[in-house]
Amino acid sequence: MNSMISHHDGTKTQRRSNLRALVPSWLNRPLLWFFPLSFLLVLFFYPFFRILAYSFNVSTLTTDNLNFAISVLFFTFYQAVLSTLLTLLIGLPSAYLFARFDFPGKSLLRALTAVPFMLPTVVVAAGFSALLGARGWINLTLMNSFGLSAPPIQFVGTLGAILLAHVFYNTTIVTRVVGNALYHLDPKLEQAARSLGASSRRVWWNVTLPLLRPSILAASLLVFLFDFTSFGVILLLGGPRFSTLEVAIYTQALQFLNLPLAALLAFIQLFCTLVFSILYTRVVERSAVQTAPRSAESNVRKAKTPNEKFFIIALCLLLFALFILPMFALPLRSVSRLDADRAQLGPIQTGLTMDYYSALFVNVRGSIFYVPPFDAALNSLLYASATIVLSLLLGFPAASALARPGRLEKILDPILILPLGASAVTLGLGFIISFGRLLTVPWLVPLAHTLVALPFVIRTLQPALASIPDRLRQAAASLGASPFRVWRNVDWPILRRATLSAATFAFTISLGEFGATSLLTRPDDPTIPIAIYRFLSQPGGLNYGQAMAMATILMALTTAGIFVIEKMRLPGAGEF
Amino acid sequence: MLELSNVSKTYDGQPLLRGISFTVDKAETICLLGASGSGKSTLLRMIAGLESPDAGGILWDGNDLASVPPHLRDFGLVFQDYALFPHLNVFDNVAFGLKMQNQSKEKINSRVAEVLEIVNLGEFENRKVTDLSGGEQQRVALARALAPRPRLLMFDEPLGALDRALREDLLNELRGILRRTGIPAIYVTHDQEEAFTIADRVLLLHDGLIVREGSPADVWANPESVWVAEFLGLGNVFEGLKVESLKVKTKFGVFAMKCGHKHQAGEKVHLLARPLAVEKEANMIRGRVRDVTFQSDRFKVTLDNGLFVYLDEAPKIGQKIEVEVKIECLG
Repeated sequence: MNSMISHHDGTKTQRRSNLRALVPSWLNRPLLWFFPLSFLLVLFFYPFFRILAYSFNVSTLTTDNLNFAISVLFFTFYQAVLSTLLTLLIGLPSAYLFARFDFPGKSLLRALTAVPFMLPTVVVAAGFSALLGARGWINLTLMNSFGLSAPPIQFVGTLGAILLAHVFYNTTIVTRVVGNALYHLDPKLEQAARSLGASSRRVWWNVTLPLLRPSILAASLLVFLFDFTSFGVILLLGGPRFSTLEVAIYTQALQFLNLPLAALLAFIQLFCTLVFSILYTRVVERSAVQTAPRSAESNVRKAKTPNEKFFIIALCLLLFALFILPMFALPLRSVSRLDADRAQLGPIQTGLTMDYYSALFVNVRGSIFYVPPFDAALNSLLYASATIVLSLLLGFPAASALARPGRLEKILDPILILPLGASAVTLGLGFIISFGRLLTVPWLVPLAHTLVALPFVIRTLQPALASIPDRLRQAAASLGASPFRVWRNVDWPILRRATLSAATFAFTISLGEFGATSLLTRPDDPTIPIAIYRFLSQPGGLNYGQAMAMATILMALTTAGIFVIEKMRLPGAGEF
Repeated sequence: MLELSNVSKTYDGQPLLRGISFTVDKAETICLLGASGSGKSTLLRMIAGLESPDAGGILWDGNDLASVPPHLRDFGLVFQDYALFPHLNVFDNVAFGLKMQNQSKEKINSRVAEVLEIVNLGEFENRKVTDLSGGEQQRVALARALAPRPRLLMFDEPLGALDRALREDLLNELRGILRRTGIPAIYVTHDQEEAFTIADRVLLLHDGLIVREGSPADVWANPESVWVAEFLGLGNVFEGLKVESLKVKTKFGVFAMKCGHKHQAGEKVHLLARPLAVEKEANMIRGRVRDVTFQSDRFKVTLDNGLFVYLDEAPKIGQKIEVEVKIECLG
């Protein structure tokens, strides 16, 4: 009996793989896995174990180091908890707004609130700086109107700036995850509760909220995870006063050259993210069982009572101020001259200007150490192209294997996603510790970018590959198509969109990547985000203006990328 | 008890219900029968208070319910897809309404046990509702609606999701429960067999109006309109011209019958030819046999002119036949 079954299975897989590829079947799986796994082994697991080795060293585990680590860990927790609570405060009402009400401009507002999630941290930091920073719209307007000599609002360098940027980033997670659950909640459940004598308040407490609890928990954990591993926001908006694990790893490794302490911090970071990721997975699994969506009957409606109308208008205004203003402040600031350039004396001409953009192409200081922004853009494009090619080359075989999971794939699937849990700065640190000698080689940056992008690329390709039923290939083969023509005429047309989407993911991720790049990049080979960071930390109106101009360009490129990904998304494929 | 007067509702600018009036009396089960999209479910939801009518009144014992929110109406509602709370077990689902009345623990326990006994789910208290079969889930939904002793029970296509055999069993059980408890009920369905089995009175809903109302037997015997005859599938419906007082000329021949005094000679009338062969009828349909299908206790015979009849024995294809049938005037 047993042998019969395995024999049957054997012929089936054989036929399938004959149709799928030109590679003999016995070679298929190991061959598919060889390159992706080697890549992870060398660039993720090896650095990971080097970090472990560094942190569990007697000379590393000193009282001073541990005390430092604990205080940093405490602040990391503190700001992440605060940020998560604030995000829920805005996100839950927004989820209710989008899931239950119909109002003019709804889809536009929802699309716009989703953009920040994918924006590079340097762009977000530049956006908030353009709105609320010392040289931002609000401060300069107040200074001009009241004749003040110093900016009245202190924003950059405060905890408030960190929290606000985190809310800006992650509200869309709550809106999507909880809103989705709320939207798919069968309206008949609430109607049944009403008919059984529950007032609308008791319906909310006894039916709606318990059913939403898993999704709220899942969203909170995800938000917490992002806040916990946040790097660019803390570094750029928090300033030197605040240090989370991520920032501490960066400063210890780059400024104090204390690699053992950086490794210890990275280990703590990895451990915490692992715990929260496991918790998150548990919650997601449970929530899938609990709220089984039933009917497609819509419970989206227009506002009826004055209270509902007030709720909608107030929340829309708040979302507009929080999400749209920073994104508009940035490009507007990049074409407006509002204050003096560095060392500029005498009256300043305010008004529209393209100076900041044209300055990007000129070596103003005539310095040989100065890298013109144009070169940074070229570097970025080069790295991004390399990242696309590499991540597709590695992602395709892995996604093909995962699309038809066997026993091997069940083990490998979570392993492939692991780099997602490790923060970018930790990846960078791992590279430094493992390949220190090679750091002068520029291609470490695209390798790190590929590591970050690979989970996204695989997750984008896999559902598309899995969506092609074998019957289609068999039908094509039985109609006389050769394996190549099967691939050409069946697989490729279906995969084209997913491939473009995956490539765009790789492109936008590489373009905006800041954490790993800031550790790995060589001083004379900056990328766009690094150049923006340098401009932002230098004095003078022109430097600031150039930061605004570059950030605007980066924002435009990234937004275009997000747009492409949204357009290409398979219907029903994952939310994030 | 319950009274609807001139209830109207517009949906997306289209009139869905155009002046519905009916009453439900003590211990009576009425059935709203209509095609999907005819507004039956909307009518139920308005009675439950989940939606409000654009015009007209819904009254209970003469009191307008317009200002009474759904949770204070005491009307039980049973849905097609059960709408059981997935986060609660069987006991907590059934106890939900009792808890909303803030009843004591002992009272809740005994009442839940009692209604679970009524629906034959005595041992199911601690089961998860998501683990139950469709029929069991529907029994829980019924128990949940019964538990708080509602003044009125409403069923929105309650058996639509179940297979045929189970549907018949549950329908008979439900009929028994309604008789025993004496709770007035409104049952909404698009299935005429269900409607005729459960209802004391059937109301046919079409085009936003109640087009026919009566006991199942009465409606079956006197459809009174082309739409009702066709919707219930009572037989062949065709038109003809009235030639003299008792005669109507059609493309299938001239038939004799009584047909309302209001029709003048030369006027168009609609006829219903019941498909069952009967003896001693004045009217006869004839034609050549085109198709014969076996239907368990009879044969459905389709003629080349499109008419059909039911016969006990199968004729040969192509054979010419004559069948005596009852022909009625629909007006």
